[in-house]
Amino acid sequence: MSNKEKLKIAFYWAASCGGCEVAVLDIDEAILKVIEIADIVFWPCAMDFKYSDVRAMEDGYIDVTFFNGAVRNSEQLEIAELLRRKSKIMVAFGSCSSSGGIPGLANFYSAKEIMDYAYLETPSTVNPNKTQPQVKSTVKEGEIEIPTFFGRVYSLDQVVDVDYYIPGCPPVPDQIVDAVLKLATEAPEKGHVFAGDKTLCDTCELEKHDKKIEKIYRPHEIIPEPGLCLLEQGIICMGPITRSGCGNRCINANMPCRGCFGISPNVIDGGAKFVSALASILDVAEEQAAEEITKSILDPAGTFYRFDLPKSLLHGNIRKIEEAIK
Amino acid sequence: MSYEPKILGFLCNWCAYTGADLAGTARMKYPSNIRIIRVMCSGRIDPTFVLKAFEEGADGVLMAGCHPPSDCHYQNGNFKAMRRYPLLKKLLSQLGIEEDRLRLEWISAAEGDKLVRVVNEMVDRLKELGPLGLSKSNVEPLEESETLNIDNPTEEENYVK
Repeated sequence: MSNKEKLKIAFYWAASCGGCEVAVLDIDEAILKVIEIADIVFWPCAMDFKYSDVRAMEDGYIDVTFFNGAVRNSEQLEIAELLRRKSKIMVAFGSCSSSGGIPGLANFYSAKEIMDYAYLETPSTVNPNKTQPQVKSTVKEGEIEIPTFFGRVYSLDQVVDVDYYIPGCPPVPDQIVDAVLKLATEAPEKGHVFAGDKTLCDTCELEKHDKKIEKIYRPHEIIPEPGLCLLEQGIICMGPITRSGCGNRCINANMPCRGCFGISPNVIDGGAKFVSALASILDVAEEQAAEEITKSILDPAGTFYRFDLPKSLLHGNIRKIEEAIK
Repeated sequence: MSYEPKILGFLCNWCAYTGADLAGTARMKYPSNIRIIRVMCSGRIDPTFVLKAFEEGADGVLMAGCHPPSDCHYQNGNFKAMRRYPLLKKLLSQLGIEEDRLRLEWISAAEGDKLVRVVNEMVDRLKELGPLGLSKSNVEPLEESETLNIDNPTEEENYVK
């Protein structure tokens, strides 16, 4: 692109909460800097563009697409593929598109379990006719169609080629501005993650000692001592396996890290690595005691894989998903 | 042909692996279902190894090390394995893998017979459980067949593959 020509950028949301869209606005007046160098050509959340506008573009017309949200249905997949075709650079924006994020936790259940729970079983549901959404239904105006719900949740790079990642739930303002400005001037190596390359613990300023935990506390069960490592106080903090770069916002608010920046480089499977890290510092010397303390960790898989289940080694409860087929 | 489970064994160099060696030199028979990987210590068995084993097609995983409290060559490696084991089993069960597919045993260098018994028991139990069959579940690019059609939830082609 020539220097005079403005960067053409697009935003899209798939299976996401909208927090990433707010995060874009959260950069405050820095948005003026972004507008100076970039034109927004597609942003369904904030501006009136239609899918047909994108389809009418030439392939590679968009310079950078920031795609947030995981891929759970056929519409999201279609737009991911469309935007990939139309964009020179595809950026997975936020935890959900980078690694599955919170929507990815649905991979503990099959699609049928999710549908049955949402439409039939929740305590607040009144659905005497057992109506569930149909992909195709006939109304008096003709047949209408809604997107198909996939069997499992995918991260963006599991369905299309992704150039860069901006993790975070949501990404933090400095990181977004940094990424946009960098992408406008130079292209980092493909696969680059706009975040730190150490673990959060590495950058954490809390005081740390030799760790020995006798009891695990959930965050609401204890008021942590300020200035002292949270893990050391028995609060599950994902710092040891999580990528740095968030500015330690949760830690500075005396809350444990939940792992939204995804696993740090060199970690293959976040859950397994955290089992290793946490169990190693438990202060138990008998099998019975180890089992007791394990009981107090109510949902290890949901806690340790909170933001990366679809990209973990086993991708969730695949057997359950496959069981539903039979 | 009957189903033969694949077991991957992570055996510590100082006790369990030597125990397996003893079973061999003493000409004790045990099923060939187990493939043994020697690690320096049971504390070296990263839970990632276990998950990777299941992901790549193992039906069961055996972790074996020195008897606590004092047999460990590195003083407390076996304690690390002991603490990881229940948490790892709980994690695995949430990921849809039966707890019995993972087993931790303390086997000393003199207990070749114990290794034989443990492997036999595991093979029997895994035959009851049947194949894990995870190796085909690797994430591949999305295909058309991998969609769920809520119209006909019983139709196989409309679900994930």
